[in-house]
Amino acid sequence: MKYIYIGLFLLSPLFIIAQTEIDGIMMDKNLLCTGAVYENSSWDKYWEGNFRRENLNLGTVSTKSIGLMGNYGFSSKLNLIFSLPYVKTNATAGTMKGQQGIQDFSLTFKYMPVEKTFGNTVLSFYALGGFSIPTTNYVADYLPLSIGMQSKTASLRLMTDCQKGDFFTTLSIAYIKKAAISIDRNSYLTNEINYSNKVDMPDAISFNARFGYRTSRLIVEAIFDNSVTQSGGFDITTNNMPFPSNTMNRSKVGVNSKYTFKNKPELSLVGGYNKVVEGRNIGQSEAIYGGVFYILNFNKSQKTEQNEK
Amino acid sequence: MKNKIQNIVYRCVLLLFIIINSSCTEQINDSTDSFLALDPINSDINAGTWKPFLLSSPDEFSLDTPAAISSPTFLREINEIKSYQANITEDQKQIIKYWSVGGVLRWNEIMRTLVARHNRPPYQNLDGTYPAPSSANPFANPQFPFSNPPFAARAYAYVSAAQYDALIAAWHYKKLYNRAAPFSADSNINVLIPKSDLPSYPSEDGVLAGVTVELLKLLFPTEIAYIQEKADEQKLYRIISGANVRSDVEAGVSLGRKIAAKFITRAAADGAGAAIGDQAYWTLLENKTTSLGEIPWKSLELPVRPPMLPKFGNVKSLLMTPQMVVNSRPIPPPSTNSPQFLAELNEVKSYSKNSSRKNMEIVSFWADGVGTYTPPGHWNAIAVAAFETQKYSEVRWARNLALLNVAMMDAAISCWDAKYYYFNPRPCQMDSSIKTLTGVPNFPAYVSGHSTFSGAAAKILSHIIPTSAQSFNNMAKEASDSRLLGAIHYRSDCEQGLILGNTVGGFAVSRAVSDGAE
Repeated sequence: MKYIYIGLFLLSPLFIIAQTEIDGIMMDKNLLCTGAVYENSSWDKYWEGNFRRENLNLGTVSTKSIGLMGNYGFSSKLNLIFSLPYVKTNATAGTMKGQQGIQDFSLTFKYMPVEKTFGNTVLSFYALGGFSIPTTNYVADYLPLSIGMQSKTASLRLMTDCQKGDFFTTLSIAYIKKAAISIDRNSYLTNEINYSNKVDMPDAISFNARFGYRTSRLIVEAIFDNSVTQSGGFDITTNNMPFPSNTMNRSKVGVNSKYTFKNKPELSLVGGYNKVVEGRNIGQSEAIYGGVFYILNFNKSQKTEQNEK
Repeated sequence: MKNKIQNIVYRCVLLLFIIINSSCTEQINDSTDSFLALDPINSDINAGTWKPFLLSSPDEFSLDTPAAISSPTFLREINEIKSYQANITEDQKQIIKYWSVGGVLRWNEIMRTLVARHNRPPYQNLDGTYPAPSSANPFANPQFPFSNPPFAARAYAYVSAAQYDALIAAWHYKKLYNRAAPFSADSNINVLIPKSDLPSYPSEDGVLAGVTVELLKLLFPTEIAYIQEKADEQKLYRIISGANVRSDVEAGVSLGRKIAAKFITRAAADGAGAAIGDQAYWTLLENKTTSLGEIPWKSLELPVRPPMLPKFGNVKSLLMTPQMVVNSRPIPPPSTNSPQFLAELNEVKSYSKNSSRKNMEIVSFWADGVGTYTPPGHWNAIAVAAFETQKYSEVRWARNLALLNVAMMDAAISCWDAKYYYFNPRPCQMDSSIKTLTGVPNFPAYVSGHSTFSGAAAKILSHIIPTSAQSFNNMAKEASDSRLLGAIHYRSDCEQGLILGNTVGGFAVSRAVSDGAE
């Protein structure tokens, strides 16, 4: 019951970047699944602290991105996942200029030490270690229109997946450590003024739950994703500007789907929708995405089409 | 084989995680943490003769004769120091380390924090109008004040000038009463900061706490608890460190308060309270500009926001007469119908379209917009970093920051006078395709406030530290350019703003050469 699913089907470069690897699916040895995902995320309401508001001087703020991604199987127990998005931001009102550029390169090792089968139920456990690093010198201190935070991050995620027949549930929790960043100013206000261009970035804890239908041909799932900034973050005060080290909490719900072609099983399409339902110091974004993936087989012994079994 | 690879990879993951973990818990230090305790080259013992801003004479406010150092009262005060020192805590050592750098410097920093906290435009009412902050009801929404650049410039100036006058009085009484410092009166007292040869009555830190607290209560009424806490630390620091006995400090606080009252009276009548104007006045400005055949400024904010402090040009300066404001007024901007205007508009547009990373850095570095200490705050930070290397006495610190801040208040007055006299539109009002790299301030373009503040600051700072003149002027030029690079100002705004700043900065220089301190 080891299906070779593309382990990437939630991949979408910005919000879902952490979800990239957090499904209960592994690539087999010497297979590389690679592809691209386009995402359009936008909001016209946001939270200043807990105060939900609109801003006619921003209108609708959108983030469009194209992410290149891949997942390589060192073995069926160890995968390496990477992604690199190009991001473009825009505000429909006001005068502020949108930004664009290549954002952060991320790399995740996904390890499945335990997989047990009980009848038609498969239970598996995973550990994921991820890193991301900015690839260009884009401006972080330009929220809400900056394309990223310029912070190097490291994350450790523990995950469990249970599949019973064609239905499954996946739960995971991660701690994301964020490195301090440098901004173009020599001082900034948190509670008091800090006389430095270095900004401590607060860490985050992320929880992700998903359940749905999963076969070799089709996956449809619902997700709930929650991210909570740890100590060191602070709120945007009323009518103030956002800052990279603000607390940025959010709860999202969404649906994901993946379709694999029957007569060309190395080719698949992904798509989905998600929405922020509760947040703090972030936009209440709605996102849709779609992408295409292809599996390359580097097994010398097996030149023919991978049949997934 | 497979397991081996897995093992290696797994270990690498863990190792990398640990490395990144440790690399991002680095301590971030303020650039001011490395400042040394105040240890002046010259204690300026005769500063009691320097020229004050408002005091008619250094002894305008009386100060009681101190108890003799042979008296039992004084002995008990010495014992208080000893008892503190015998049980000194880590927190108290930190307080000493913080305040010993200098009271003028630290209060200037505290004030920059207060300005930054309150530098936020009011949020609109449901009907699209805007509430105005009220000093009579400071905790209402929006809180008082909105410490925008003119408000901040004036606040920095009043506090700095009042501190300066108060220290002149303090120096006068120090020399007059010539009371020995605790460590001179009792050789068993430890002094935890560099020893000063100044007489210790009244305490300069007591004077600073007294005068500053009263002015900050006026300027930032919602912050009184925070301000009072800082003042209590400052007073305690002098006693624990063995630099002053309690009566030195209390006499200082009392003297400082009396002098503050004189500045508060002036502030109440300087016209700043009326600077907000009203709808009739805003319409008048618009009609006047239209009648001259020019396109008047319009707010680009939604909902449309009233212009920022249109009558600030009428605020009573500490150095300029109203006639001097008019005489310094810049030449008219290029007519909105002229080829030069169009050329300048196109130049702004080119910077908007081709924003290099370097340009964005310059724009961001000097933006000093909402939620910051404003451009005058930025120049205070620059000045403090420069002054710190000069080993000034406390009174010279106050004098130099007062000259700087009075010059920048004049820059605000003169610049706001020009802005509302000409009521010139912003580039993106004239061409909505111009996108900006920083927020567009809600007031007319001509002349640039950043340029005027920077021109004035560079002028007076270059006079105070001539060897750094080139550096100050380069910074002023870059600050000025940043507004053009950010696509929110025309070249004329920036160039004429710098010139105006230099002119008003010159008034402060004239005062500096004649105030008795040089």
